[in-house]
Amino acid sequence: MTLQDTNTAAARAPHIGQAHRRQTARRHLAGRGRFVSDIVLPRMLHAAFVRSPMARGRIVEIDTRDAEQSPGVVRVFTARDLNPSCKPWTGTLDHFASMVSAPQNILAEEEVLWAGHPVAMVLARTRAEAEDACELVMLDIEEGEACVDGHAALSGDAPRAAPGLDSNLCFQTVLETMAVDAAFAGAAHVVEGDFTFGRHTAVTLEPRSVVADFDAASEQLTVHHGTQTPYQFQDIYARHFGLSESRVRVIAPDVGGSFGMKLHLYNEEMAAVAASLKLGRPVKFVADRLESFVSDIHARDHKVSARMALDAEGTILAMEVDDMTQIGAFSTYPRTSVAEGNQVVRLMGAPYRMPDYRGRLSVVFQNKVQTSQYRAVGHPIACAVTEALVDKAAARLGVDPFEIRARNVVPDDAYPFVSATGYSFEKLSHEACLAKLRDLMDYDALRAEQAALRERGIYRGIGIAPFVEITNPGAAFYGVGGARISAQDGAVVRLTPSGEVQCAISVTEQGQGTETIISQIVADQLGVAPEQVKVTTGDTDTTPSGGATWACRGAGIGGETALRAGRKLQGQILALAGQILQSDPADLALADGHVVDAQSGTRRMPLAEIGRIATYRPDTLPEAADNSLTAAEHFAPSGYPFDFTNGIQASLVEVDVETGIVRLLKHWVVEDCGRIINPLLVDEQIRGGVVQGLGPALFEECLYDETGQMTNASLADYLVPMACEMPDIVIGHVETPTNDTILGAKGVGEAGTAAAGVAALNAVNDALSPFKAEIRQTPMTPLRILAALGHV
Amino acid sequence: MKSPAFDYIRARSVAHALETYRSLDGEGVYLAGGHSVVPSLTLRLQAPAALIDLSGIDALTGISLDDGWLRIGAMTRHAEVAADPMIRDHAHLFHLAAPHVAHPAIRNRGTIGGSLSLADPASEFPAVALALRAEMEVAGHDGVRRVKADDFFLDIYETAMDPGEILQAILVPPVRAGDVAVFDELARRRGDYAMVGAAVQAMVDAGRVADISIAFFSVGNKPTRAGAAESALRGARLDDATIAAAQSALDADLDPSDEPQMPASVRRHLARVLLGRLLGHLGTTA
Repeated sequence: MTLQDTNTAAARAPHIGQAHRRQTARRHLAGRGRFVSDIVLPRMLHAAFVRSPMARGRIVEIDTRDAEQSPGVVRVFTARDLNPSCKPWTGTLDHFASMVSAPQNILAEEEVLWAGHPVAMVLARTRAEAEDACELVMLDIEEGEACVDGHAALSGDAPRAAPGLDSNLCFQTVLETMAVDAAFAGAAHVVEGDFTFGRHTAVTLEPRSVVADFDAASEQLTVHHGTQTPYQFQDIYARHFGLSESRVRVIAPDVGGSFGMKLHLYNEEMAAVAASLKLGRPVKFVADRLESFVSDIHARDHKVSARMALDAEGTILAMEVDDMTQIGAFSTYPRTSVAEGNQVVRLMGAPYRMPDYRGRLSVVFQNKVQTSQYRAVGHPIACAVTEALVDKAAARLGVDPFEIRARNVVPDDAYPFVSATGYSFEKLSHEACLAKLRDLMDYDALRAEQAALRERGIYRGIGIAPFVEITNPGAAFYGVGGARISAQDGAVVRLTPSGEVQCAISVTEQGQGTETIISQIVADQLGVAPEQVKVTTGDTDTTPSGGATWACRGAGIGGETALRAGRKLQGQILALAGQILQSDPADLALADGHVVDAQSGTRRMPLAEIGRIATYRPDTLPEAADNSLTAAEHFAPSGYPFDFTNGIQASLVEVDVETGIVRLLKHWVVEDCGRIINPLLVDEQIRGGVVQGLGPALFEECLYDETGQMTNASLADYLVPMACEMPDIVIGHVETPTNDTILGAKGVGEAGTAAAGVAALNAVNDALSPFKAEIRQTPMTPLRILAALGHV
Repeated sequence: MKSPAFDYIRARSVAHALETYRSLDGEGVYLAGGHSVVPSLTLRLQAPAALIDLSGIDALTGISLDDGWLRIGAMTRHAEVAADPMIRDHAHLFHLAAPHVAHPAIRNRGTIGGSLSLADPASEFPAVALALRAEMEVAGHDGVRRVKADDFFLDIYETAMDPGEILQAILVPPVRAGDVAVFDELARRRGDYAMVGAAVQAMVDAGRVADISIAFFSVGNKPTRAGAAESALRGARLDDATIAAAQSALDADLDPSDEPQMPASVRRHLARVLLGRLLGHLGTTA
């Protein structure tokens, strides 16, 4: 059987491809969620942190005496108490050649490096009492000069963002093909622009939270941790605190959103573990909103200069791009803060046949909150720069935005294809997506309406943006760089004595429905209903080791792992049934909770009977029979280094040209994530992703003043996208399964975020075109739009 | 964040509340709807010894007509302001403004008296009170006094009330024939503090502006009457030239501060745009 055949078989399966509701939703609606903040353990202490009020300074003195006397306080720790217990961490990876970052430790030792840097930890009976005591910790910090702007930070005499740095340059790389300069020299048209992408942050519904519980008697550390990557943290806690891995258990219970923000190592989580090790008591830390803004990673913060060369027919010849990514005082651990910029320069022009390319990346330190991987790492930046330039080129040539893209996308029959930036695409579907989107949005009617409204002084704009998304990453992503981050995932599937199914799997659930799709996949392999498959995730003691959830891999890699484990168990069950029924296992199949005759479908025996015999009457089985009814499988992608997906988005906006206010009227997405396991959840992923792309396009921005203070660090001032402002999002699909796996699924979690922002940006610029105004900075605030219009 | 510990005292009457406040020697804070006070506690912006809850005082509730004046009890919730038919008919500007105040959950708890007492310059209701030429009924140890809205709002979070005084009710003057009201604000998201907003109460007679009061919010340290713009409009026909004159006159009325995310020039521009739209709307409403 070829892989192609099995893809077709998967399509016929009864549950893969069906819209099943998220299994956790009912429990959460009933108020029965169990998040880390719900966990209360005997003798548990609550932590609060004293943070640096300034972006850069030298610690002269920390006086904790009054705080120690405050009611309810058990201990107040500073760096000298906690840091020696922990091996420092350094956010560099070998495959980012010569990147540098200063080592980090739990609490600030001699210098504070961003406003919010934790300097002392208070442990008390309640969080309120801990906060009372924080106010009594006397901090004497001599303020120093902070690096706040990336360009300024690169000048020779700039102060260093962290001690020990030779310069504020974390990493630099250049990616180029041979004929870039010739392409620009011979181009009929060159379009260019400088772009600024603001900082924003995840704002998960559930903030970061941890309960660290060290039991000295058994030398067992259990960490209840609201993370997406429990195995990664098990490894980190074991290695950095010198513990045996088997004595470190990380449990991620219900997690209220993560978006990449919850897979980085943070000072506060390490402090909670260190404090629990020291005190032998459970220690809880739950970030509040204010400290989330100054300690959760921020995202983006790019300044990009770019130009694009085209021939007279509008064929893209080359791009040249210079991206500066501003990352904070340290590169994050263990994934670094370079992956974002690295993907920016590698995804430029990804949908197009562009033959030549030069991309420069500079990653720069500054005294702000660290930036790092967040949903759609690098994608929105690359997509925005590329598609904004394509629209400029279309305007220059007088060609319709659809037409110029149709002329340039890699044709659907031209795969496999290697991009100018070196990415290998197995099979994408840009042409099919373009055609489908045009129908879906009724493009020609919208253009007619736009023209009619413009006569009446109503300025609407239409923006489109094809995109390519990186999913199903193999070891090329982190493993080759020396990071102990698993590219493989593991699943153990077993049949219970009652004939039900349990699946323990290393991918994790943060609300996106991972457990639901795993149950659908396993159910189809074993001929049961998804409700009969209990899926366990997020516990390093009870699930096999694996990479878990990041970079779009839960469905593509986790799903394939579950499928293969399910098939292995299917083989075991059929073998056992063959022995019991005295039949050739090849003549048997599983359906409707039964062993059935493969040809006729006639029921031969229920799964419950298999479970009963294997468990309670193994004595009736032949001596060599395998009655384990348990199958384990580990899977890592081994074909293409990544399974790329693609799609296209469109945005319809109305710009109030007197006030600069943008109304999002409608949004469309046509997306190709390969085999769709659950269309309901896929569409939810896309819609959520679109909102997370539109947020920073119009609203979300971490604002800093010239001293490095974040000035809008509360939800009153930091504007997250809300339902009232969001448009209806219409979704269509093209399905091009990957042949790298049996399942054929690719990722979908980041697609929405990748192109939503630039679709809106292009739409706004389209609306502004009668005024010869253009905006190249996000978020597109009323102020910036008014400035572009020359009103201010 | 968690608030520091505080006592909670539920006042039985205005007199009890006043006495309790005095006994706390400056360490008490009145609690109305709690949508400003409670966040300020959890943000640790203030740490009172006690909150004095006004929500059980009957004298602070109710909406009634007395000699043409509408009396709105200070503890009237924003949601009631939006829904009450007497407010709709006799203080239409409040009816128009209420849906712009924050979000439904907040409007269910927040009170009109709390909003006016806090005097947040970005809030809707203080500007509405100004435009309506409302009067504030303020209770203190020396009895009850009435303060005109024009004299009530002094500065950011500062009113003519002395510490410990309680706003009992808002009194709105009688409706006149030809009264029309328009209200709008420019906000980045629905329910946010506005970049600029304005409340306009006018009397239009045969196409002429017989009387008008215009109050802006989110343009300075306090809600601001646009006196020069009002003068440009009073007695004039509501045509394009008049509207343009009123827009130009705004420069003399408004003195917004320069902020990195909102330079004064932009706020002035937005105020002119908003006024133009409101006056255009007034022309079609009258």
